[in-house]
Amino acid sequence: MELGKKAGLTQCNKPLRNIFGDALLEVARANERVVVLDGDLGNSTMAEYVRYEFPDRFFNLGIAESNLVGVGAGLAGAGLYPFITSFSSFLLCNAYDQIRLAVAMSEIDATVIGSHGGITLGKDGPTQMGIEDLALIGGLPTFTIIVPCDPASMHAAVKAAPSIKGPVFIRSSRVPMPYIYPLEDTPWEVGKANIVREGADLTIIGCGMMVAAGLDAAAMLAEEGIEARVVDLHTIRPMDKESIVAAAKETGAVVVAEEHLLHGGVGSNVARVVAESAPVPMRFVGLRDVYVESGAPADLVKKYNLTADDICTAAREAYAAKGA
Amino acid sequence: MKDSVLLEADQLLETARQLRLDILEMTTKAGSGHPSSSWSAVELVTALYFGGILRYRANEPWWPARDRFIMSKGHAAPLLYAALAKAGYFPREELWTLREVGSPVQGHPIQGMMPGVEATTGSLGQGLSLGLGHVLGGRLTGQKFSVFVLLGDGECEAGQIWEAAMAASHYKAGNLVAMLDYNKYQETGPISREIALEPLVDKWKSFGWNVQEVNGHEIKEVIAALTLAQQLEATAKPQIIIAHTIKGKGVSFVEADFTYHGRALNAEQAALAREEINGTR
Repeated sequence: MELGKKAGLTQCNKPLRNIFGDALLEVARANERVVVLDGDLGNSTMAEYVRYEFPDRFFNLGIAESNLVGVGAGLAGAGLYPFITSFSSFLLCNAYDQIRLAVAMSEIDATVIGSHGGITLGKDGPTQMGIEDLALIGGLPTFTIIVPCDPASMHAAVKAAPSIKGPVFIRSSRVPMPYIYPLEDTPWEVGKANIVREGADLTIIGCGMMVAAGLDAAAMLAEEGIEARVVDLHTIRPMDKESIVAAAKETGAVVVAEEHLLHGGVGSNVARVVAESAPVPMRFVGLRDVYVESGAPADLVKKYNLTADDICTAAREAYAAKGA
Repeated sequence: MKDSVLLEADQLLETARQLRLDILEMTTKAGSGHPSSSWSAVELVTALYFGGILRYRANEPWWPARDRFIMSKGHAAPLLYAALAKAGYFPREELWTLREVGSPVQGHPIQGMMPGVEATTGSLGQGLSLGLGHVLGGRLTGQKFSVFVLLGDGECEAGQIWEAAMAASHYKAGNLVAMLDYNKYQETGPISREIALEPLVDKWKSFGWNVQEVNGHEIKEVIAALTLAQQLEATAKPQIIIAHTIKGKGVSFVEADFTYHGRALNAEQAALAREEINGTR
């Protein structure tokens, strides 16, 4: 993985999941109402950082996600703020109905952390990958959905979560992601997309690691004379329609890149906004109705077309269609 | 005890009769619902709310130190609503809007939509986990309250119930009190024929719970069991009261026919049922 190299981003040697653990610990220190629930993966999600310092506010419910979510919701009912953590695939697939009733429909204040989102989680294979998590959480109307793209925005999201009304989903990842924002005074506000690179010829919209990949793509396209705007759509819901419509109108073509299935993913939601308010040529980078396989992240993103090169290809097509 | 309501024995019987009638009228007016599943648990809920057990403030529904009651078998929502109205959480007239568009009196309970409705239930098997969460939360915030969960027997077929049973025992949730409305029938037939639960007492004991068995229609017996369960909190084991009940209790032709599950009575049937519940027939 060479995320952000072409764009000249500062690398971070820690995987995003460790950044999440750091951020969660900071939030737990600052807010004694915060409790953490773990499905026996705290040493993979890094939620366990809280366990060492606040053992009484950390609950391992074992390999039983349905109960995990229910206990978390009950803790909220007793006046606490739960972070319910596990792999996104296990939480959303094992405990979808519990999240639906006890969290989403009940509109409780709680955060669900889905770690190991996407395909870049090492060589564990498709059973552990969260490639459908954003589609699933999207099916629960009351959730705010956040996909951080770098260490600073992960910190900002985890810190902001307890002050957001209603349930929140934050996707975490196992890969390191380069710095896009400064750690101090991070310009990050829930529901407000960020333009991380200006450009007039087309817009690349991404979330998670695809923001850095999009910046790499933009650097490559610039060498061809195409100036791409890059937008970090860190909040998938509520979606920042204004920024999307402005990007479509001002640049005339849109590429959406996501480490997720295209079906029901971020691109399809962005496309709905564009189609309704500012139809322009669009192209999509993501997984096309496949289960991915075991393999090193760098090999997988190549084979399954989630690289900066793939974004460039989509961008050239969208740019060409714009003139047609 | 302050913040609880203890009625005299004859008033308890009268309250149970009123709840049964309200359940009938609500569901017949709505034209749907689960009267038979509600009727089997009337005495359990009466004992809890009016037998001096549950500590609550109807005019302050979310009083942080309240005891919790979670209706895990959400299809018995009419019983929950009737009890809450009787306890003074909201005017009884609201009961007649059950299942109407625009009414907060939903077909199955939605957390917080009506005062006193503690949890969203209806997809079965979820309430015990919620109860455990409340217990752990109370422990952290230093509030001493008890948590009561009414389980259906059919939902004990769900894995989540046993996940919660295992975790409650692990976390020594002595103040978690489950009441199991063991009416012996699930939607499609007798439990013993569909997916058998027995030996049920052994199952709960093996999960580390204190188990009591009662006749779930004898209010005094239920109150005694709930009282003992609260005394047994000191054992640091969670409590379950397996209440032997009759589905459709109080209305003979419903008791005799499990296919009444999820069916409201029509006007003619309701007239007969009203007479039986009132003891005038």
